[in-house]
Amino acid sequence: MAMKDYIRERFFPHLWCAGCGHGIVLNGLIRAIEKLRISKSDIVMVSGIGCSARITGYLDFHTMHTLHGRALAFATGIKLSRPELRVIVPMGDGDALAIGGNHFIHAARRNIDITAIVMNNRIYGMTGGQYSPLSGYGTMASTAPYSNIDQSFDMVGLAAAAGATFVARSTTYHVYEMTEMIQEAILHKGFSVVEIISPCPTYFGRSNRQGDAVDMLKHMNKTTIPIGSTAKEENPDLIERGIFIRKELPEYCSAYDAVIHRAMEGK
Amino acid sequence: MKGIVKFVQGNEACVEGALYAGLDFFAGYPITPSTEIAEHLSLRLPKGGGKFIQMEDEIASICAIIGASLTGRKVMTATSGPGFSLMQEALGYAVMAEIPCVIVNVQRGGPSTGIPTHVSQGDVNQARWGTHGDHAIVTLTASNHQDVFAMTVEAFNISETYRTPVVLLFDEVVGHMRERLVLPEPGEVPIVERLKTSVKQGVDYHPYLPREDGRLPMSDFGGVHRYNVTGLYHDMWGFPSDDPGVVHGLIRHLMDKIENRTGQLARFREFYTEDADCLLISYGSASRSARHIVERRRRRGEKFGLLEMLTLWPFPYDLVRQKAAGARYIVVVEMNTGQICQSVRLAVDRPERVFLANRIDGVLISPTDIQRMLHVIHGRGV
Repeated sequence: MAMKDYIRERFFPHLWCAGCGHGIVLNGLIRAIEKLRISKSDIVMVSGIGCSARITGYLDFHTMHTLHGRALAFATGIKLSRPELRVIVPMGDGDALAIGGNHFIHAARRNIDITAIVMNNRIYGMTGGQYSPLSGYGTMASTAPYSNIDQSFDMVGLAAAAGATFVARSTTYHVYEMTEMIQEAILHKGFSVVEIISPCPTYFGRSNRQGDAVDMLKHMNKTTIPIGSTAKEENPDLIERGIFIRKELPEYCSAYDAVIHRAMEGK
Repeated sequence: MKGIVKFVQGNEACVEGALYAGLDFFAGYPITPSTEIAEHLSLRLPKGGGKFIQMEDEIASICAIIGASLTGRKVMTATSGPGFSLMQEALGYAVMAEIPCVIVNVQRGGPSTGIPTHVSQGDVNQARWGTHGDHAIVTLTASNHQDVFAMTVEAFNISETYRTPVVLLFDEVVGHMRERLVLPEPGEVPIVERLKTSVKQGVDYHPYLPREDGRLPMSDFGGVHRYNVTGLYHDMWGFPSDDPGVVHGLIRHLMDKIENRTGQLARFREFYTEDADCLLISYGSASRSARHIVERRRRRGEKFGLLEMLTLWPFPYDLVRQKAAGARYIVVVEMNTGQICQSVRLAVDRPERVFLANRIDGVLISPTDIQRMLHVIHGRGV
């Protein structure tokens, strides 16, 4: 199918700023789904609130735009109710890990078959550039005019510790790698997390003097390396990309089917 | 009514009503005094192929049931005051996105952690105005287990008919007390099934275009129609809109579909109201004591009557005005500082005749308590 068969043209133009990475994620997501040949009617996409959350409206799936931070909770209800549906949850870093942090770790712990795609732009964009849990110590934001003193999360480490059975990271510079990771995450049976570092030139870039959109993309290339690269030994600040966790554990909905079986036998 | 007779807690009566109505998805979080609802459903639901999930908190619980409802399930969550507070934002989402769901609040004393194992009716106005923004809501209550069962079935029926969240406001005494419950035979009580769209695959489906009667036929998520659902103001396709005409049209639709049916939605019981000189108005466990007083006074030849409210919201102003028209005194019996009393005063022609008989210390208001207050109201001293 053509790219435009996956989008709702009625909804365009999109609201993202020029240079925002989220459009690249939208593109990667569509390409991943196209390659997997999943029917549009088998996909439910649930999002919360924020720039990233608007991705759902643009796509011609069953789409639900919910509350800030709560997308995974809504998605859990949908998935447990209809396990045969593919449930994808695009989120922002604030959406997933600040207000939605509790739902994030518990969805991971349950290992429910949902694909969480976290677009990490290190800022609250929709409200105008406040610091997020991933902005990092020493960064500038509209609510950190004297520089940010909050330490940031390592999303990959958090997801892994919480029990996610597929955890990966890429950036919007590495489009093909990102698309492949999304594909693998969707295919994975269990809770999968793909962190995609995505530039926000309008707020994060401007507050932190990172230049324009192209400069920020180049910066992503310079500051990230594939897992296991020896460059990390020389420069521990480099961020690793790749698939960090991929393992098999009982999936929640399948486990609940077994509960139903036990309950019915005991009748 | 013939059927299986059970001796159960009110919370179990609620479970029986929900299952009778077709509940097949429940999400919840443990909280006193509603926990038994979750416990019983964790046992019962999977036996019929339904799903139960204990979520990480009450916010997640209500979100999960809203999600499941969109896929075509009949859904419910149960909680108490603190959890009900946490659910308010998502309750508003269900109002806005018009997703059927039932939310049980077995009330305990508040505010805050309050008095968890004791009775209160302090969440009446929270049920009405807990979520932000103008909205309409349906709230039902009950004082005995047969009515807990019946109102639970009603809650599902109303929720499915009007695509709205319905709050079931029980209280600790009703929830935990054990009494007789007769389960109706299947088919004995009518059950409303969700109105599904007849729009065929490939034809443009408008999920938010009401029919002439105001109802919105639904299409299950995962079915043939792919559409958008949002908590933003939205057009007939479910796409966000800030067009003033769309915004005004939607808020009016959300209000009118409930408020214009206030009479239809009013459920109540009445005892000797026709010629009552002193009309008691009450609901929930408080109305058991109120009824006791009314029966006692009637035996003495005094013209006492009781209006027991089962629908609290939308408040049945016309009904209350009508029933109170001939009474010299109207005494509202409730276990809060006058949350329904306030509405009764707005409803009746002479609000100065409305008195409050209440208890707010975690103890069930007794007939003796009401008796004492009646003495004061009638100017006979304590």
